[in-house]
Amino acid sequence: MKLTLKIWRQKNPKAKGNFETYKMDDVSPKMAFLEMLDSLNKKLVEEDKDPVAFDHDCREGICGSCGMYINGHPHGPVPAITTCHLSMRYFKEGDTIWVEPWRAKPFPVIKDLIVDRNAFDKIQIAGGFISINAGAAPEANSILVQKNKSDDAFDAAICIACGACVAACKNASAMLFVSAKISQFALLPQGRVEAVDRARAMVEKMDEVGFGNCSNTGACEAECPKEIKLVNIARLFREYYKAY
Amino acid sequence: MGTLTSKIPDGPLAQKWTNYKASVKLVNPANKKKLEIIVVGTGLSGASAASSLGELGYSVKNFCYQDSPRRAHSVAAQGGINAAKNYQNDGDSVYRLFYDIIKGGDFRAREANVYRSAEVSNQVIDHLTALGVPFARDYGGTLDTRSFGGVQVSRTFYSKGQTGQQCLLGAYSSLNRQIKKGTVTMYPRREMLDLVIIDGKARGIIARNLLTGAIERHAAHAVVLATGGYGTVYFMSTLAVNSNASAAWKAHKKGAFFANPSFVQIHPTCVPQLNDFQAKLTLMSESLRNDGRVWVPKIKGDARPANDIPEEERDYYLERRYPAFGNLVPRDVASRAAKERCDAGFGIGETGLAVNLDFRDAIKKQGKKAIENKYGNLFHMYKTITGIDSYEEPMQIYPAGHYTMGGLWVDYELMTTIPGLYAIGESNFSDHGANRLGAGSLMQTSCDGYFILPNTISNYLADQISIPKFATDKPEFEETEKAVLERLNKLISIKGKQTASSFHKRLGKIMWDYCGMIRNEEGLTKALGLVDELKEEFWKDLNVPGKIDELNMELEKAGRVADYFELATLLITDALNRKESCGAHFREEYQTEDGEARRNDEEYAYVAAWEYTGEAKPHTLHKEELKFENVEMKVRSYK
Amino acid sequence: MNKVLFSSITKKLVMALAGLFLLTFLPVHLIINLMLLKSEPEPFNKAAHFMATFPLIKIMEVVLISAILIHISWGLLLQIQNWLARPIGYVSANKSETSFFSRFMIWTGATVLIFLVLHFFNFFFIKLGFVPGNPEDFYSAAHYLFKIPAYNYIYLTCFTLLGFHLYHAFYSAFQTLGLNHRIWSPIVKVIALIYAVLLPAGFAFISVSLWLLR
Repeated sequence: MKLTLKIWRQKNPKAKGNFETYKMDDVSPKMAFLEMLDSLNKKLVEEDKDPVAFDHDCREGICGSCGMYINGHPHGPVPAITTCHLSMRYFKEGDTIWVEPWRAKPFPVIKDLIVDRNAFDKIQIAGGFISINAGAAPEANSILVQKNKSDDAFDAAICIACGACVAACKNASAMLFVSAKISQFALLPQGRVEAVDRARAMVEKMDEVGFGNCSNTGACEAECPKEIKLVNIARLFREYYKAY
Repeated sequence: MGTLTSKIPDGPLAQKWTNYKASVKLVNPANKKKLEIIVVGTGLSGASAASSLGELGYSVKNFCYQDSPRRAHSVAAQGGINAAKNYQNDGDSVYRLFYDIIKGGDFRAREANVYRSAEVSNQVIDHLTALGVPFARDYGGTLDTRSFGGVQVSRTFYSKGQTGQQCLLGAYSSLNRQIKKGTVTMYPRREMLDLVIIDGKARGIIARNLLTGAIERHAAHAVVLATGGYGTVYFMSTLAVNSNASAAWKAHKKGAFFANPSFVQIHPTCVPQLNDFQAKLTLMSESLRNDGRVWVPKIKGDARPANDIPEEERDYYLERRYPAFGNLVPRDVASRAAKERCDAGFGIGETGLAVNLDFRDAIKKQGKKAIENKYGNLFHMYKTITGIDSYEEPMQIYPAGHYTMGGLWVDYELMTTIPGLYAIGESNFSDHGANRLGAGSLMQTSCDGYFILPNTISNYLADQISIPKFATDKPEFEETEKAVLERLNKLISIKGKQTASSFHKRLGKIMWDYCGMIRNEEGLTKALGLVDELKEEFWKDLNVPGKIDELNMELEKAGRVADYFELATLLITDALNRKESCGAHFREEYQTEDGEARRNDEEYAYVAAWEYTGEAKPHTLHKEELKFENVEMKVRSYK
Repeated sequence: MNKVLFSSITKKLVMALAGLFLLTFLPVHLIINLMLLKSEPEPFNKAAHFMATFPLIKIMEVVLISAILIHISWGLLLQIQNWLARPIGYVSANKSETSFFSRFMIWTGATVLIFLVLHFFNFFFIKLGFVPGNPEDFYSAAHYLFKIPAYNYIYLTCFTLLGFHLYHAFYSAFQTLGLNHRIWSPIVKVIALIYAVLLPAGFAFISVSLWLLR
């Protein structure tokens, strides 16, 4: 396959970036998107040029490292996957592909397609935990959890903190991300003890680091690679109201 | 240095850990604050250790190369975590879990360590549950379990196919709690490039800030490595593509012995390679073998679609060869059996390097819904990668490098041969002997991090309380930093033509072909030569664009590959030395008539701990004899 | 306390509550407007007079105006913050599958605001006698205005956009209140659709009838 790539290149956080055009002559439809970028980088390094920097690690859709805004979609046009799982079979001969970094004030560009997502960690540090020391836990089966609640908690807990929700949201809101953690703990009896403080602390931190406001548009839900649902955001609202 | 004292406590097996804890030296709470501990790595062992040490009151500095601790590769473990809870009333016990691990590891692990993990495993499940890890539950609200390869009880706790993620996020959450409290300071996007030793003790590390390229010095009273395994020496593996062995290898070169490097687990159920630029192989959880049946056509090169091949023309080779365990044989056995069929020409797919994993019968019996509930995300992932719907036709799978049982040698306290340097999780040579059982990894890393290390490290630190905080301008720091910079400079100034990844890929191929699932003397000897040649080429023709003092991913890769050349040589040397077949280490020369592994307990019932003696000098072998007082060493049979 | 009052969620809640109140006002307004369709001016003018003088309604008027002002100013505040949260935008337009109407709330809202301004000016003009006839006779004034084609075009456009605004607003408000339910939420969406179509259609029907049929 022949493809044209338009990739955002930016030397460092302060530099002015621009789109570079790369012609790809020999892309196999069996490649994954990142492998296609690997092949581009191999060529660039062999020519002693600066390869395109992007975050990636597990390459199996679970670590949450990778993330690019591809042709108007975070993680590309295929729903429910991360960039590393995006197969080139979804593109056609002659396509032009625009590749941009996540854009949000709390996610400043570090280099090329790498952004700083430390803001997510800050929110988790503010309250995304259950306070229990190793050794203090009761026998596991002494805490009974309704199966459907436990399943719902799991469905929220699988968030990988990739940032696609923020990237997709027209307001750069992190509500889906925050609601996933709040929901997981709110649904489990273990998490109820601190539920009030947690909702308060995490929302406060979310606002402080500069994410936008939620307007119930639903782009986050549409683009979430783990298909985390808007019901979690509604639950976050309830938890937050309960906190006052 | 140079001797091995495993420090196994006295007393009967079941009492050793209790006895140890009762007599271990402690540090008083006021002193803990003054003691600094560096933890490198934020996987399940690193994050749990850092947070638990923080909970105790120590000052912890935690490092990871990723942008966030939550991305460490424990996140990718799928199937589950073992514990001897016996919730199923199926005869499980701490002893049985211990026995299964020892047997699964083909009698090449240390009894006392394994027993301790089995014992602590129950506490781990309690703790993870309390942390809010959403394990699967039954309708009554109790925890559910499933069975896994190599055992006949159901003791594996799970969160669908994302157990590793959920366990890691649990540890990440307790880490965050400690960061908030100020007991743990997090250093993300840092790569440890060397260990600093002062007066024979581990006292700090040199790290590179991966964003700025700045070289940093960090001092501490003790250093804990939780840096994972070295499976990416095969280039393609189920590991994260940035996973590496450099931290452990640097520690090894500073005096930590490296144990059993040739014990590498090849996982039987992975998505086969699809293209030349592929960077990794994706694991399909072993739990799939609970319901999936493995088969190949009985006719060589049968090109019909799988669903068109009638029942009588299918060879369910695992069920045929191992009637007792069938599709649930341990990983090493399943991998070799797949390779055997493919090498004999019965493999499927374009490359002939794949076998079927078929859910037809399970779907017929339990319904699609039930299968979807158990494996939905795995089927989804398989379809995403390959485009094939496994509800309709079988998955194609093939083995891939997965887990390294070998690693830094540690004693009962998880301390390496360097005083003050600890290794936990996959980075130590661990409890898994020559082969790890499924769902044993999450168990061991959690045990190490949450409960074992926090209890053993005080024994060392109790004697360090009089030592004040270290200044990082000591000559030892300066020298180590100088050496680190020299090497970075060397890598960047070769200015050849080839990329680090292309060397890595070629190295991986050598390792896979000659030191993979099946090994022999001739191949291993050849591989030694090939690795040397490639290493020479690497140091002549590598190209790393850019500079040291900036974000430079090619430089990061180059350093890791350079270390892998050295580690590969040791791995092959160990495989050559071990003239027996045991667990994942299968030497063609040592097999029974029907192709099963032939162990040699008389000569090889030992841990091979290798000492680094200098650049281009052969390693020295130290043997830790393994005594089995509580189990009878039997031929491992799953027939 | 400021952190609570001005947290992103509280701001949303204020928007939602003010919006919901406005949603209840619109049907009342529509019922009164329907009296314009009668051939005699009495009922409409009486109703208008009642609305203008009854004390309780007077109080409600204050509440109504406050709700409008709060809804507008909070909406603007939220929007400005949202723009600031992404200082550098994307080159390729977002193609995420989302509710179409939700993306343009600020613009549909702004149109409704312009209409409101116009609407208030109407009253003003009528009172000042710019519109021919008795300044107390809103019935005749309305009939006069709806005979002007340009006025109808503006009126119809604004009400179409109001419909767009209402559709998202209706179910969005429920979500903001934390009411998202597997069974009830889809029903709320249907009601929102019915509301968002019927109300503007009612107003439009009146204007078109007065314009073309009389």
